[in-house]
Amino acid sequence: MEDYVVDVRGLWTQFGDNVVHRDIDLSVRYGEIMSLVGGSGSGKTTMLRQMIGLERPTRGEVRVFGVSLHGDDAAGLRQIRHRWGMLFQEGALFSALTVFDNVALPMRELRLLDEGLIHDLVMMKLDMVGIELRHASKMPAELSGGMVKRIALARALALEPELLFLDEPTAGLDPDRSESFVSLIKELHLELHLTVVMVTHDLDTLVALSDRVAVLCDQRLEIVGTLDEVVSDTHPFICNFFMGERGRRALEAVKAVKDIVSMT
Amino acid sequence: MAHPAMDALPPPEVRLVTAPGRVRCFVVSGAWNLRGLERRLAGLKPRLAEYTSDTGAAWDLREVEVLDHAGAMVLWRAWGGRRIPNLTLKPEHESVFKHLDIAPATAPRNGARDPFWIVVAIGQKVLSALDHLATMVMVLGQVVLDAVYLIRRPRRIPWREISSNVYRTGTQALGITALVGFLVGVVLSYLSAQQLKIFGADAFIVNILGISIVRELGPVLAAILIAGRSGSSITAQLGVMRVTQELDAMEVMGIPQTLRLILPKMLALAISMPLIVLWTNAIALIGGMVSAQAELGIGYSYFLSSLPNSVPIANLWLGLGKGVVFGFMIALVACHFGLRIEPNTESLGIGTTNSVVTSITVVIIVDAIFAIMFKDIGIS
Repeated sequence: MEDYVVDVRGLWTQFGDNVVHRDIDLSVRYGEIMSLVGGSGSGKTTMLRQMIGLERPTRGEVRVFGVSLHGDDAAGLRQIRHRWGMLFQEGALFSALTVFDNVALPMRELRLLDEGLIHDLVMMKLDMVGIELRHASKMPAELSGGMVKRIALARALALEPELLFLDEPTAGLDPDRSESFVSLIKELHLELHLTVVMVTHDLDTLVALSDRVAVLCDQRLEIVGTLDEVVSDTHPFICNFFMGERGRRALEAVKAVKDIVSMT
Repeated sequence: MAHPAMDALPPPEVRLVTAPGRVRCFVVSGAWNLRGLERRLAGLKPRLAEYTSDTGAAWDLREVEVLDHAGAMVLWRAWGGRRIPNLTLKPEHESVFKHLDIAPATAPRNGARDPFWIVVAIGQKVLSALDHLATMVMVLGQVVLDAVYLIRRPRRIPWREISSNVYRTGTQALGITALVGFLVGVVLSYLSAQQLKIFGADAFIVNILGISIVRELGPVLAAILIAGRSGSSITAQLGVMRVTQELDAMEVMGIPQTLRLILPKMLALAISMPLIVLWTNAIALIGGMVSAQAELGIGYSYFLSSLPNSVPIANLWLGLGKGVVFGFMIALVACHFGLRIEPNTESLGIGTTNSVVTSITVVIIVDAIFAIMFKDIGIS
């Protein structure tokens, strides 16, 4: 039986002589929000792309829902492609399709739902991510970056995925929008028992969402654990990342909220 | 939180439960999510429609194992887009229905068609053609101004860009132009030989091949190949630079786009086109020569020695001159369309297609103009 949603075993990535990942093991449990952090060029996005089968690791195995992404189980792969959603960093909306058609596309490709049901579902998804319905007939080129991102999230959620991959979900959003994005993910996570794997640089998002954090540095997985465990690690990268000015502010804010909650 | 494995869940189901003395109750159970519904939706729909016509009944959703938005939406639509009054459900499913409440009933539809759409469509085409003409003239004017500027300051001539463009549009096109030129030469020579044999005028094959290839076919053939090959790549390159905001970056830094991007391309094509024409001519003539030897038994040395006598040298200059103009026009059209591309993929595709179609059309029009202007030159 499948124990983990995403199970990475002995992963090596090498571009020419440049080793990016050296023997990495990482497991994502059902229903958790796992954040991948690391410095620029530490291969976070590469790893995310390997987890969704866009790139092939040099060595090692990635299993999602118990199916090996680089094996020969073509039918199994087709199945899991309907069970996950991906939010790309730049949205990756189809620029030739309207907003409505972008979100409807995965549902139509299923060839199961009728057009009326698709229409209602698309409108609901758009409403969920806070897109006003008058934007539904616009083309992606006419929209701002933040809107593109939210529509891309609606598209990622179109097939009711159990597993959601987010690549820098809040980069390029204003603080207010980041905030609502975070609460939206939280809400979906509770409602639909989503498992989320995300790559992020944004400490506020990281602190607000992560159940566990995996830190990639020096080609290895330095530590995987809850935020508290990660913060107490002494690796210089982690110290800089979390204990720098910005990191401390984000952590303090969380602590303050926790204190208030425990007092009341 | 443990997540139940999908395969182990019971399929979505709805059944009627009647107990004496109590309201009729529809019990909904199983996995009401997209994956669960995948196989069952077609069978469930008519039953749902039948059940929902029974307005007095209660609905019990407490046996639903998993509920996602798609599943909830199927029920919601069956209920006529509202929450049914006698509804009991698990507390954790309450929030799933919360989102449905706001789903609007109306679809966004495009407005009705304008009765005068055909007039509007033609007018827009005309306006767009005029607009193309105007911007193309502007690009050309800017290039001329840049050229004047460079003549005053020769140190700023972008030699590197010019030379790399000559390599890309000229040197790298040698293979394809040779192949096409050779084959056209062979075919032309073979077909002409069949006709000439009838009249016993075998020796005129040299005139026919020489004049037609050097004056007409060589330049036009080369220009069409280069328009397809280099014109499209110039348009696509500029278009991608627009999509990735590279053009904006250049503008912000104060690097003149026409000077660094367009002028070098136009100069490079104006340099490489006549050379390509010369090359295509030579290869096509070799092809024709091989075929003439095989068909008519005309020796290579006879062919080569009679070529200068039968083809006045003016034809070669005319062909090369056409090459320069064609190269210029292809680059101008390609750059013009490249700069007009908007930052989206569809525009990139349309722009590239239009660029190639337009530059080939322009080549043929210019060729026709040349044919009329120089009708007295080079033909004895």
